[in-house]
Amino acid sequence: MDSSNLLSVVTFVYGLAAILYISSWIFKKTLPGLLATWTAFLGAMGNAAGIIMRWVESYKLGIGHAPLSNMYESLVFFSCTIAVIYLVIERTYKNRIIGAFAMPIVFLSIAYASLSPNIRDQIQPLIPALKSNWLIAHVMACFLGYAAFAIAFGISLMYLFKQRDKDGESYLLSHFPELSVLDNLTHQMVTFGFLFLSIGIITGAVWANSAWGSYWSWDPKETWSLITWFIYATLLHARMMRGWHGKRIAYVSIIGFLAVMFTYFGVNLLPGLHSYAQ
Amino acid sequence: MKKENESADFFSRLWNFFASIRLTVVLLLSLAVTSMVGTFIPQNQSPAAYFHEYGEFFYKILSVLNIFDMYHSWWFQLLLLMLTINVIICSLNRFSTTWKIVFVKIPPFSVAKFRSLSTKEEFTSKRPIKELKKKCEDIASKKFSYCRVEQTDKGFFIFAEKGRWTRLGVYAVHFSIILLLIGALTGSIFGFEGFVNIPEGETVNSIELRKTGQIHNLDFGIRCDDFSVSFYETGAPKEFRSTLSIIEDGKSVLKEDIIVNDPLRYKGINLFQSSYGMLPPEKITLNIVSRETGMAYKKTAKIGQPIEIPEGMGTLVIKDYRDSFNYKSLSLGETFIGILNKKDGNSINIILPLHFDSFDKMRKGDFIFSVTEYDNRHYTGLQVTSDPGVLVVYSGFIVMIIGCFGTFFMSHQRLCIEIAKSGNNYKVIVAGTANKNKLGMQARVKRLSQNLARL
Repeated sequence: MDSSNLLSVVTFVYGLAAILYISSWIFKKTLPGLLATWTAFLGAMGNAAGIIMRWVESYKLGIGHAPLSNMYESLVFFSCTIAVIYLVIERTYKNRIIGAFAMPIVFLSIAYASLSPNIRDQIQPLIPALKSNWLIAHVMACFLGYAAFAIAFGISLMYLFKQRDKDGESYLLSHFPELSVLDNLTHQMVTFGFLFLSIGIITGAVWANSAWGSYWSWDPKETWSLITWFIYATLLHARMMRGWHGKRIAYVSIIGFLAVMFTYFGVNLLPGLHSYAQ
Repeated sequence: MKKENESADFFSRLWNFFASIRLTVVLLLSLAVTSMVGTFIPQNQSPAAYFHEYGEFFYKILSVLNIFDMYHSWWFQLLLLMLTINVIICSLNRFSTTWKIVFVKIPPFSVAKFRSLSTKEEFTSKRPIKELKKKCEDIASKKFSYCRVEQTDKGFFIFAEKGRWTRLGVYAVHFSIILLLIGALTGSIFGFEGFVNIPEGETVNSIELRKTGQIHNLDFGIRCDDFSVSFYETGAPKEFRSTLSIIEDGKSVLKEDIIVNDPLRYKGINLFQSSYGMLPPEKITLNIVSRETGMAYKKTAKIGQPIEIPEGMGTLVIKDYRDSFNYKSLSLGETFIGILNKKDGNSINIILPLHFDSFDKMRKGDFIFSVTEYDNRHYTGLQVTSDPGVLVVYSGFIVMIIGCFGTFFMSHQRLCIEIAKSGNNYKVIVAGTANKNKLGMQARVKRLSQNLARL
């Protein structure tokens, strides 16, 4: 079994975890929830193992490099980071309903990587521009940031659902964490994501300066990462200095995540230096 | 007097304008929205390309607004400048208060403030007060950098705190943005960005600037000793490598290989591997086979100079070399093109693809021409930059990361443990505050109190 097969299996494990989380939320039973946690844990382990296997395989092919060099590999890493961060949150906050919103993102990400006909899962050799020690730092920082923003997005959605039901009548929303907890969690995820997005942009700039001789050239990917940075910077300032919270922060967090998605996928439709990320 | 008042009034209004967080939000969002435009409209293309794409009317409107080089336009730079002023004024406005909080010799504590907190942990202890005091002090001084005990008539207080300096984190982040701006400005005023193509074996002393197309002279010469490109089995490029020598006063002072991601830096000037290409050959060797006699001849030809064809059949001029050539929608790759002047006065085109030796056979002429040898030289394409602002920008990067970390993940935490006699026992109250992540602080206080109660 090679890494691609293993990661295809992981896709289905995550899919099962997502279903279990959702059914535990809807039917309010503990058993599917417990199963969901263990399935998600298993998926994350398999996911990490798949990444490591792929790394080893690339060395066996004689083109050894960290598996962070194209769309397939980044999506696989993305799902792994979201899964791990989510599991940490679940442990800290002892609430599984967030899983019903986070695990589908994990599943969709890896399913898109494994199943989309547009994404090739072969290990490819690195082109000269990507041969750099900055590759690992840059990609990891960016995707830790993206993963945190993805979870903030899921939690913001939960906030918006929950706040519509002020009287607590809804059957589905009754076990959601308190509004203040959701609001606080969004903020924490955004600060975490903002730090790593900043590190990602900075390592990217340093790398660009050693590869192309310019640390900033307004290439569409750079520009969109900066747009994302501006949006989350707005969120942080509005919240910390102007006391925004709740609904408004949830909306900004959702808009921010749309910008993240455009930085990740949409930019590939535009011409620019990051074309190998397709 | 009135005028003075007016100007003071104007100044304070301006100050207040720039001191507003609302302005920050507006500027950040405007920057986010306007930045999008330049990612959808390709930047710095030729005017003709824009004219063709958008038509005359929109071309005029967009070029008046500098949309085709918008990140360097006056209005985009103005937004960046306003954001920087905004950052500076906001920071100055709050800095003196923070300064007074951060730099105190004896951190002040107000017991009343801790007593009034809604979340407090309480327990009673039967232990003797000396032991209790020692335990509390031990734990507080282990977990916090500052610790102080104060005696009261019923018992005592322990105050502890840490992370007072983290209140400066946000100023570090703001300062880093100013550093980035200074660095970028330094680079754009004192630096340059250019490129140069150097054929193997040749030396250049000047480069062409990207922005203006002007020639910029360097203090030294760059010689390209060798260029090589290697490919993976898949055909994807593996490595571009140039061997460069730095020439000063006619002598080679430094010899180094550069590849992508590993540039050469010399006297503040950076040389990056950026592109490569083949120089058009100047001399080729032709194989000429006579259909009639079956004889084969070898002849060398210089581009543009006619050669005699054996057996007195006329002359041939190789007039052009193309990197790629299409013949009836067939791609032939690198190809020489010549004109054959027959002795009867007719002239015809001769196509000599390098990779298809017998291509000329199809012409069914009296002679079959093919290329056996040609001189091939690479040239290396170098990006040449000088940016004295990079160090400032990089220090800005470091300050920003440290500042963000301090701002988001560390906080100024204060703890108060109050121990007072009540009856035969002692009542212990543990309370804490933090300027950030208050929920996290509550959890910490709870754990600490449980620790103490267990003793």
